[in-house]
Amino acid sequence: MNASVIPWRGAAGRDTRDLRADRRFRWLVTGAGMLVLAILLAAALSIAWGGREAFHQFGLGFLWSKTWDPVGQQFGAWVPIYGTLVTAFVAMVIAVPVSFGIAMFLTEIAPKPLRAPIGIAIELLAGIPSIIYGMWGLFVLVPQLSEHVYPWIDAHLGQLPLVGPLFAGPPLGLGMLTAGLVLAIMIVPFIASVMREVFLTVPTRLKESAYALGSTRWEVVWDVVLPSTRSAVIGGIFLGLGRALGETMAVTFVLGNAHELTASLLMPGNSIAATIANEFAEADSPMYRSSLVALGFVLFLVTFVVLAAARLMLRRLAKREGR
Amino acid sequence: MNRFLAPLACLALATSLLAACKGGNESATPSGPTATSTTPGAAPVAVQITGAGATFIYPLLSKWSDTYHTQTGHKINYQSIGSGGGIAQIKAGTVDFGSSDKPLDSAELAASGLGQFPDAIGGVVPVVNLQGIGPGKLRLDGAVLADIYLGRITTWNDPKLVALNPGVALPTGKINVVHRSDGSGTTFNFVNYLSKVSPDWKAKVGEGTSVDWPTGIGGKGNEGVAAYVRQIPGSIGYVELAYALQNKMSYGAMQNAAGKWVLPNAASFQAAASSADWAHAKDFAIVITNAPGADAWPITATNFILMYKHPKDPARSKAALDFFKWALENGQTQAKELDYVPLPPELAKQVEAYWASEFK
Repeated sequence: MNASVIPWRGAAGRDTRDLRADRRFRWLVTGAGMLVLAILLAAALSIAWGGREAFHQFGLGFLWSKTWDPVGQQFGAWVPIYGTLVTAFVAMVIAVPVSFGIAMFLTEIAPKPLRAPIGIAIELLAGIPSIIYGMWGLFVLVPQLSEHVYPWIDAHLGQLPLVGPLFAGPPLGLGMLTAGLVLAIMIVPFIASVMREVFLTVPTRLKESAYALGSTRWEVVWDVVLPSTRSAVIGGIFLGLGRALGETMAVTFVLGNAHELTASLLMPGNSIAATIANEFAEADSPMYRSSLVALGFVLFLVTFVVLAAARLMLRRLAKREGR
Repeated sequence: MNRFLAPLACLALATSLLAACKGGNESATPSGPTATSTTPGAAPVAVQITGAGATFIYPLLSKWSDTYHTQTGHKINYQSIGSGGGIAQIKAGTVDFGSSDKPLDSAELAASGLGQFPDAIGGVVPVVNLQGIGPGKLRLDGAVLADIYLGRITTWNDPKLVALNPGVALPTGKINVVHRSDGSGTTFNFVNYLSKVSPDWKAKVGEGTSVDWPTGIGGKGNEGVAAYVRQIPGSIGYVELAYALQNKMSYGAMQNAAGKWVLPNAASFQAAASSADWAHAKDFAIVITNAPGADAWPITATNFILMYKHPKDPARSKAALDFFKWALENGQTQAKELDYVPLPPELAKQVEAYWASEFK
């Protein structure tokens, strides 16, 4: 008689204990999740609070004013915003096709014994500190570019209609194109390794069927592999873009750090992160410091807008694919 | 995450944890000696003095503190975070002394209870990258230098430059202007000089540790400017003398306020420091650019030390003052070795008198 009761009671005890534990666990993970939101919100608010004097003084005009005059205490973010967007864009234009080529080579074309060493080499490249890229850019890349590459670009591309102004200018070697180039080298490992990982997830069946139908390697990658991994590939690209937007040290070395707005990619410019890194230590007036913090908030916004646009694009794509 | 990255990440995590533990132990030690140093009647123990400020003085201060440490056992911990940071830190009371390339005026010092005195002298020199023109061969005066940095003189064969340099084969190319991208005391002294000699510069740009440059590209730090100037033909920049000498760069001769052509060296820096009117400057608050002396280098710079007159921790402040006293009396040979210029004897006397009257 007892024997039938005890297991029943035990089961009930276990149930309530499980229930309680489950509830506790649920609170714990909810808390962990909310913590991310809270930290993000706190970070955004504290940066905005730090920049309140600048926003109060200059209003929204802070975003599109070109002046950056520490002596006259007039600050505007447009030159750094422009430089940040342009260098990141240049980096993406170079890095995305190169990364795609690397991933395609590693998954479809490279002989088996080559795949692992190249894959590891790419991941090691991702681990090099950005200051090393900056120093390499300044001492190795810049002299080469200013001597051999930029004079040619200035003479040939600089004369073209429409795009000419982008490539005309003195061959200093420093500038937005150089910064974009160094950034591209820095983000290729990120994009390429994500692409390689997701390309490997495509079922061999699919690829072999395509090959059996007489597709070339290009057709297999472009028409079979890429469409089935599109959202993950775009995710990888935006991972790289996020890094390019916020990169500081490497850009500071090769960008030229001039608060000037020029159409030419060969001319020096400035980026948000580089401006903050350069000027924060000696920002001696409250308004100056506040403007630099406000600049940090602008970078926050720029990154947020770019990532939100990426999300939107992904959702559109998913809808079109009927998922 | 793939097979290769996962163990790597674990390794990284493990090492950073280890480092954190180690860091914790280390950061605990400094409080030990300082705590004992304030104990009254204790035997002489090593004191840990902390300071923060200008990067300009960092090589000299670390050399001094190294020697001082071996001689006395006291340790000087200097963070070269820039003049602005040094001023902020000493005002916040987190360090025993601050250091700045830009003097604070008496009112600002009085408001926060600080005293100020010079500790070493250096100079800013214009450097150029022109083929066939060696150090000291190119002549510049203040007005022309200001016009170059204003973007008005844009080629090396500009009539104004040709007039200053008879017999020098100036190239025809464009002038590439290089300046500092970060805020710095070097920039402050350079633009302070340009403001003194060029009314247009004063009106359009002004002076400060960083300014709104009308033209040119920005290099980070003295080494950044030196690197840019060495790499870009036809460029002009400004760095501290030590960087020009160490990088074997071609610097220009300048015409000083007395109208004489001078080269940057210890003698011309000292001449500038001696001719400045220190005696009438309260708290030594003068910038000695464009000094009147006949042999004075026009862009001579002074580094200043800032300390509380009535500090919260008198023992540590006293130890810091002892260190600077030692440096003033014994550290001048080392200063010369590192291309700094010692304070002229009369100025050293004024500094000691200032200590005696202000830091009681």
